[in-house]
Amino acid sequence: MNSDCVIEIKQLQKTFVLKERGKKRQVEAVRGVDLVVKRGQIFGFLGPNGAGKSTTQKMLSTLLRPSGGEATVLGYDLVKQSDKIRQNVGFVSQAGGANLAFSGTENLVLQAQLFGIDATTAKRSAAEFSQRFQMTSYIDRPASTYSGGQKRRLDIALGMIHHPKLLLLDEPTTGLDPQSRAYLWVEIQKLKDDGVTILLTTQYMDEADKLCDTIAIIDHGQIIAQGTPDELKRSVGGDTIVFSFTSPEVVHKAEELLTTHVKLERLQVSENSVYLTLKDGEKTLPDLLRLLDGSDLPVHSVTLARPSLDDVFLKYTGRSMREDGEKQ
Amino acid sequence: MKLLHDVRLMFSANMIHSLKSPIFIFINMFQPLMYLILYMPLLGGLGSVPGFTDGNTANVFIPGLLVMQAIFGCAFVGFPLIDEIRSGVIQRYLVTPVSRSAIILGKVLRDVVVLLAQCILITLVALPFGLTLNPAGFALSLVLYVLIGAIMACLSYSFALIYKVKDALAPTLNTITLPVSLLSGIFLPLALAPLWLQYLAKINPFSYGVNATRDLFVGNFQSINIPLGFIIISIMSIIIFYWCLQSLKKMTT
Repeated sequence: MNSDCVIEIKQLQKTFVLKERGKKRQVEAVRGVDLVVKRGQIFGFLGPNGAGKSTTQKMLSTLLRPSGGEATVLGYDLVKQSDKIRQNVGFVSQAGGANLAFSGTENLVLQAQLFGIDATTAKRSAAEFSQRFQMTSYIDRPASTYSGGQKRRLDIALGMIHHPKLLLLDEPTTGLDPQSRAYLWVEIQKLKDDGVTILLTTQYMDEADKLCDTIAIIDHGQIIAQGTPDELKRSVGGDTIVFSFTSPEVVHKAEELLTTHVKLERLQVSENSVYLTLKDGEKTLPDLLRLLDGSDLPVHSVTLARPSLDDVFLKYTGRSMREDGEKQ
Repeated sequence: MKLLHDVRLMFSANMIHSLKSPIFIFINMFQPLMYLILYMPLLGGLGSVPGFTDGNTANVFIPGLLVMQAIFGCAFVGFPLIDEIRSGVIQRYLVTPVSRSAIILGKVLRDVVVLLAQCILITLVALPFGLTLNPAGFALSLVLYVLIGAIMACLSYSFALIYKVKDALAPTLNTITLPVSLLSGIFLPLALAPLWLQYLAKINPFSYGVNATRDLFVGNFQSINIPLGFIIISIMSIIIFYWCLQSLKKMTT
């Protein structure tokens, strides 16, 4: 195994057998996923509800047994060495799993002990995580009194208590208020800085964009696109630059100048504006401004629009993620 | 060694969880006493009825009451487990290397400790009602109550793990506890029953447990009912525990 790879998956599959009115029906939740996750990355699974993100993650956490394919996690075989994987992987499900009758400390201490950590060390670890996630003011209250954001912090601390090398987060910020989301993003980033590899699932484009080094877009149990957020956006096509000018004459001259001097994918004129579609808009923009300025064509205003992950999802699936959510 | 460590851990977590609610302790201790106070006086006139030896109703009724406590007291423990499944607590246990048996044993052990406390309390309160008690026999019958309680708890947990929702759990458990309790001669001796009912009772494993404890209470150690009761109840508890463990493991397939 390449020691740089934390997760290696080949043709991983999961088929559920459902019984409906006595008839058995097979549901292919994951149909042949290939994946490599490098050490120290934040890797994101992006996709709508029911795409197979969580199912794949549950297989990697040993909570579900694959129906087919091969996988190694931290070099251990997913099926044959599940105990080794459990010892070294942290998993935070969407439900969280804190016992609400217990305080944060009681939850953390028990969780540490389940990994075979002795009581004294477990208590020390619980105190450390309480400090680190800024939970000290409420950590000894029953978890049933926590706010959504507070409980989420505890959930993640529970997943980290045994210092795993790989952390699996299932929709870590779903249902949280904007402040708690922003806070968790910072914390997740810090975990990465500490050398933990993170595999998270999300339905949020902005979350994937902001947090993830690599994104795999999952739809109907298959990975349909994979890459860095920038690569994926670039694959959709170029950026859009809009120049606005003060008069139609200037627009006409600018159009001529730009078509002859710049490599464009598309150029459109509408009233006093010129719409350009081109690769690497960010880098080209200063040159274009200099070019227009040098030819005495004063630019009134300029906007640069880069494609979003929404556009990426639309390109690869033919529909937007929002539509999907509404259908369900 | 690891199993022992894990069982101890899960047992104390479950026990602490239960003790956190004082109402749980109060109701669990008070409810069985109501049977003793409100139901046993009804049996006063049954002294001459077949099955009631020497007119001692307490010695027929109390061992049966304790079996009933074991059956009903442990039959509904699956409900809080469904909460734990739905809130992800069980899943959080399952992603750790903790022994799967320990997850169940920790719960069952808590249930039977509660049961033991109830049984001892009922027996102590019943002594003034004319209950004769052989101490060694009583100690042995406590083992039987624990096993019967464990069987019911494992049954309850199994159904909770299979259904994962509460709607179906209550009717299922009621459907099991009703015939099981009526056919074990808990409330009235089966000597009163018509023959077909007596035959039906013979296939109910719990009736052997009730017969064994009635003999144990009076120190009738020669009775064949005692080894028969122990063997049948032990085999049964092993089978049901195994089924429960498989139901838990099935969650991760």
